[in-house]
Amino acid sequence: MLNGERRLKDNKDPIIQIKDIHKHFGKVHALRGVNLDIKRGEVVVIVGPSGSGKSTLLRCINRLEEYDSGKIVVDGILLHGAQNINMVRQEIGMVFQSFNLFAHLTVMDNLMLAQKIVRKRSPEEARKIAMDLLKKVGIPEKINAYPSQISGGQQQRVAIARALAMNPRIMLFDEPTSALDPEMIKEVLDVMMDLAKEGMTMVVVSHEMGFARAAAQRIIFMDEGQIIEEAPPEVLFTNPKQERTKRFLSKILDH
Amino acid sequence: MFSRRKSESTEFKVPELENVPEAGVGYHIDAWWWLVALVAGLIAILSITKPDPYWRIVLFVRDGIGVTILITIVSFVLMIFVGMLGGLGRLSTNKVIHLVTTFYVEIVRGIPLLVQLIWWYFAFPVIVRELGQATHISFLANYEANAILLAIFGFVFCYGAYMSEIFRAGIQSIPKGQMEAARSLGMSYFQAMRHVVLPQAIRVILPPVGNEFIALLKDSSLVSAVALADLTRRGREFMAANFDPLQVWTMIALLYLVMTLFSARIVNYVERRTKIER
Repeated sequence: MLNGERRLKDNKDPIIQIKDIHKHFGKVHALRGVNLDIKRGEVVVIVGPSGSGKSTLLRCINRLEEYDSGKIVVDGILLHGAQNINMVRQEIGMVFQSFNLFAHLTVMDNLMLAQKIVRKRSPEEARKIAMDLLKKVGIPEKINAYPSQISGGQQQRVAIARALAMNPRIMLFDEPTSALDPEMIKEVLDVMMDLAKEGMTMVVVSHEMGFARAAAQRIIFMDEGQIIEEAPPEVLFTNPKQERTKRFLSKILDH
Repeated sequence: MFSRRKSESTEFKVPELENVPEAGVGYHIDAWWWLVALVAGLIAILSITKPDPYWRIVLFVRDGIGVTILITIVSFVLMIFVGMLGGLGRLSTNKVIHLVTTFYVEIVRGIPLLVQLIWWYFAFPVIVRELGQATHISFLANYEANAILLAIFGFVFCYGAYMSEIFRAGIQSIPKGQMEAARSLGMSYFQAMRHVVLPQAIRVILPPVGNEFIALLKDSSLVSAVALADLTRRGREFMAANFDPLQVWTMIALLYLVMTLFSARIVNYVERRTKIER
C-alpha cells in the first residue's frame, strides 16, 4: 500500500513538513507564516500564550482546520486539497483537551468503532487490540463503563488508547491535561511519557513543563501566530534568546 | 461561537420537571398508565352499560380508527427520513443544498396544514393531468387523485419540514468535539454522522419527536376534509345518520384521547430507556 512504500523511504526525512502556513479566522491572522519540520520519532512540545496559534497549528496538521496558504506534508502526502484526507488521518492520532469520548458508547466500543469501520478489523481483532491498549493505559477494568461514569483522567487515558488503536505514526496532543484536576494530570502524563519512550512521533501543545523537560527533544515557543524561538528544553528554559520567550517563561515558571 | 453552541445545546434539554427522582419512578409511571386505563375503562363502561348508542358508535367508527392509525404511523416513519435529510441539508456547507432545504422549511411552515392537504388532494392532480396532456403521456393525463397516498404525502411534506428543524437543532446540540474526534480517527463525514453524531442526536430529540407523533395523530383528523374515512370523518357520518352529536363526539374525543395518552406513555418509556449521561 501507499504507506508501506513511504515507510521504506529515508527515515531521516521529516515526517511532518510545515511550510509558510497562513491562516485567518475572519479578520484575525491566526498563523503568520509558520515553518516547522518534525522528524520521525521526535517529541516536540509547543508552548505559548493563549491565542498564539499553537492549537490552530496542531489542528492544521490533521486538517481539522483548513489553512489559507502554505503547505503541509505528512508522511509524504501533501495535505492541501488532499482527497485522501481520511487515509492521512488514520496515521495521525489526536488527543483533545476535552477528551471527546463518544458519549453514547462504552469504553470498549469507543476503542472498537473506528477500528471496525475505518481499519475494517474484525470485532474479535478490534477487541483484542482494544483490550491490550486499555491494559497499557492502566484501566482494563472499565471496559463496560460509559465515559460519564469514569474520571477525567481515565477518560483522557481512554482517549489516548482510542487514538493508538488505529496504529498511528504520529500523535497530536492538544492541551491534554488542561481540563483535568491536578491529581489526575500525572496519570495522563505517565502514559504520554511511556509513549515518548517507545519512539512515537509526538507533537504536544501543553504547559506541563515537567513533561516538556523530560520527554521533549525540542520546545517551540509561539506567539501571535509565529514561531518565535525553538531549542532543546534545557536551552530554551534556562537560556532563552528572545525577550518574548523570557517574559512568557517567567510567567509560567514562577509557580 | 462558544455562546452560540451553548444556546443551541439548551434548546432541547428536557425540563427539570421531567427528571423524576429515582425513588418516585415506579409510582410516577403507574400513575400515568392509570390515566390511560381510566380513559379506556370509561370507553368500555359506556359501551357495556349503554351499548346503544355507544357500542354502535365504536363499531361504526372502527375502520376509521384503522385509517387514522395507518396514516399516522406511515407518515411518521417517512417523515423521520425526510427530517433527517432536511436537517442535514440545513447544516450543509453546500450552498445549493442549504438554500433548497431552507426554502422548503420556510415555505411549508408558512402555510396552514389544512390548506396544504387540500392543495395536494385537489390542486396537485390538476397539475399532473395538465402536464400529462402537454407531454402526451396518457398515464399522467388520466391521473386520479388517491386520497390516502396524497394525504400521507401531504403530512410527510409538512411535518418533514418541522422535523428537519428538530434534527438540525438536535445535531447542533451534540458538542463539536464528537465530530472532530470521529473525523480525526479517519471516519468520513457520513460515517461520523451515522455512528457518532446521529445516535446521540436522536436521543436528544426524542422528546420533541415524540411530541410531533402525538401532534400528527391529532392532526390526522384534518384528512376528513379530503374524502378520507378516518375516525373524525366516520364520526361525522354517524352523526348525520343518527342525530346524537353529544354521544358521538364524546366517544370520538375519548377514542383520540386514549390513543394520544397511550402514545405519550410509549414515548416516555423509550426516552427513559435510551437516555445517556454526559
